[in-house]
Amino acid sequence: MSDQHTPAAVAYVRTETLPELPPPASEAGLVKWLRENLFSSIPNSILTILSLWAIYVILSGVIPWITNGIWDASNIRECRELLNGASGGCFAVIAERWPQLVFGIAYPQDAYWRPSLAFVLLLVAVAPVLFSNLPRMLLAVTLVYPFLAYWLLWGGSIFIPITAFGGAAIGYMVYTRLVAQSFAMGLLGGVVAALLAWWVFGFITDNTRGVLALEAVASRDMGGFMLNMILGTVCVSLSLPIGIVLALGRQSDMLIIKWICVVFIEFIRGVPLITLLFVASVVLAYFFPPGTTQDLILRVIIMITLFSSAYIAEVIRGGLAALPRGQYEAGDSLGLDYAQAMRLIILPQALKISIPGIVNVAVGLFKDTTLVSVISMFDLVGMIRGPILASTDWSGVYWELWGFAALLFFIVCYSISQYSQWLERKLATDHR
Amino acid sequence: MKKSVLLGALAVAGLAAGSAGAATLDDVKSNGVLKCGVTTGLVGFAAPNASGEWEGFDVAVCRAVAAAVLGDGNAVEFVPTTGKTRFTALSSGEIDLLARNTTWTFSRDVDLGFTFVGVNYYDGQGFMVRKDLGVASATELDGATVCIQTGTTTELNLADYFRSNNISYEPVPIETNAEAQQQYLAGACDVYTTDASGLAATRAAFEDADAHMLLPEIISKEPLGPLVRHGDDQWGDIVRWTLNALITAEELGVTSANIEQMAGGTDNPEINRLLGTEGELGAMLGLDAEWARRALAVSGNYGEIFAANIGEGTPIALARGLNAQWTQGGLIYSPPFR
Repeated sequence: MSDQHTPAAVAYVRTETLPELPPPASEAGLVKWLRENLFSSIPNSILTILSLWAIYVILSGVIPWITNGIWDASNIRECRELLNGASGGCFAVIAERWPQLVFGIAYPQDAYWRPSLAFVLLLVAVAPVLFSNLPRMLLAVTLVYPFLAYWLLWGGSIFIPITAFGGAAIGYMVYTRLVAQSFAMGLLGGVVAALLAWWVFGFITDNTRGVLALEAVASRDMGGFMLNMILGTVCVSLSLPIGIVLALGRQSDMLIIKWICVVFIEFIRGVPLITLLFVASVVLAYFFPPGTTQDLILRVIIMITLFSSAYIAEVIRGGLAALPRGQYEAGDSLGLDYAQAMRLIILPQALKISIPGIVNVAVGLFKDTTLVSVISMFDLVGMIRGPILASTDWSGVYWELWGFAALLFFIVCYSISQYSQWLERKLATDHR
Repeated sequence: MKKSVLLGALAVAGLAAGSAGAATLDDVKSNGVLKCGVTTGLVGFAAPNASGEWEGFDVAVCRAVAAAVLGDGNAVEFVPTTGKTRFTALSSGEIDLLARNTTWTFSRDVDLGFTFVGVNYYDGQGFMVRKDLGVASATELDGATVCIQTGTTTELNLADYFRSNNISYEPVPIETNAEAQQQYLAGACDVYTTDASGLAATRAAFEDADAHMLLPEIISKEPLGPLVRHGDDQWGDIVRWTLNALITAEELGVTSANIEQMAGGTDNPEINRLLGTEGELGAMLGLDAEWARRALAVSGNYGEIFAANIGEGTPIALARGLNAQWTQGGLIYSPPFR
């Protein structure tokens, strides 16, 4: 090739194409990527080296800690003996106490299949709600699920959930009959019919206590991650409808309804959740007649639901406010009444806009359920802080237990947030 | 107007709670279970084991009372309480008895309306330091950083003690014992102070327990004991004398090993009265003659309970010290069974 550059060759005209050369090593492949992303300037290079060093330090500590971990020991002293000074986690505490971490201390051990089954069914029940391409038949599972889960978790006669379901079904039938006349009348009729049905069924359940009964478990015996899941699932699903009603009420033209909603929302938002929990556990006990069964879980569920519904109401109000005025007017001009306009036009759009906010509240709420450990309920955090760290065997084991708790919560919260991102992409809520 | 309504409601609630306490024995018997308030977990004093059964020094008191009243040491519903919820749980009638390492103080006894039935553990606030700090006494702690749990009496005791000894310190406020343990080990403070039993339990959990020591000074009195509501003296008597039975049994040498044999009758009239083979002490309490025998059969006498849960044979390794029998130079002393 070099002879072409000698003066003897034609100076300016090239008759054949040069063969393609590979790009210089510094502008291709890994080297280019490294140069552009990690070493583009001196400060960046310094940061890169520092980060690599930090990652190395962390991993060189964590990996042997995990691989050297002891899974089989009966207490922390035995763990330390087995480790003999080497760095390693004492995972034996999780191996020994995992049923307590998941189900709490008092849930009957031969009944662990019940909450496990309830959890699997939960996944089946929420699937058709979350993914619209699944067969609609699965919605039947969703409808039955709350009653079934109650029966599985708390036990007792199967007639209690069956009659509860029957009452709800009768209420719905009455609603469908009357809703043609007006939504308000349908709702009222449905509620009255359901209450009547429950009252009548009450006489039946009193006489069928032992029929098809699972071993009854008291609310006090619920604990561990199961308690977090119960509180999170129940409170999120209850607070969503309540939040919608509150958001609509706050926008209402009717003064009294509007002000009730405003006062409620602002009051709840002005009070820390922990205060409400203390009210539920401590103050309410004074106002119940002594000796009555005070279901602490029920009180806590009510308080957390009130709390989160106020937040969800504000999120949805944001969605309602973001809708162009024309959407409301479109509903009116079609001759729809308030309930129809809301159900068919406004809410589907407003809720779509609100998805990120609602998911945010749901994730926050799920993590807030650990606050119940402060009022001496043994949820996952309460189990670790109380019984396990206070046992003579395991006092002094921290990272393993808290890491396990963090892992469980991360799995759930990350799944929720991934789902919401998928849903947002699917619904493409930005008006591009 | 509104205020009076609120006060009225509170008064009614208070009366209702009071009337609930009037016949606690009957309530317990009809429920068939003793509702006993314990901690959410304190090493050696109360914690559930791997199979979910509660164990510990305070728990043993609950079980003894349940055995005396109901005949079954397992007929107890343990209600975990925190330092914040324990007193309302008792006064609202949610629990019948609180055995939760609670210090007997004037205001709790008089103002809050509780009856402390005795002392099952004499505690006091102490200090723990690293041995290589080279400190032999709390008076040498000038300028030290001290880990201390916020909102407790220990915080106030510490301030009093250091001020009266005219030495300076820097407090490091922490929330729980577990957090304190980590902070102290991480070197965030030179000294950790809390009840001496808690210090011993904390130290026992350290990997290198020998590198740490408790200083000899005990700067406060913390008599811990079970308590019941004001207003039901019969129930208070039952709990008080169940505790006394455990203590007297140790003094008289009645153990879970020899109780069956001694219940057949002995030459010592006080043992006979205690175990119900002589006299009518049980009937005076409203119980049967063998109440104390059942209470002792659950986990033995006071000394056995101490040894099994927090004594020198356990990892916590607390010496009897103040909690030895009065005949051994301690403060544990029961009035006579007569």
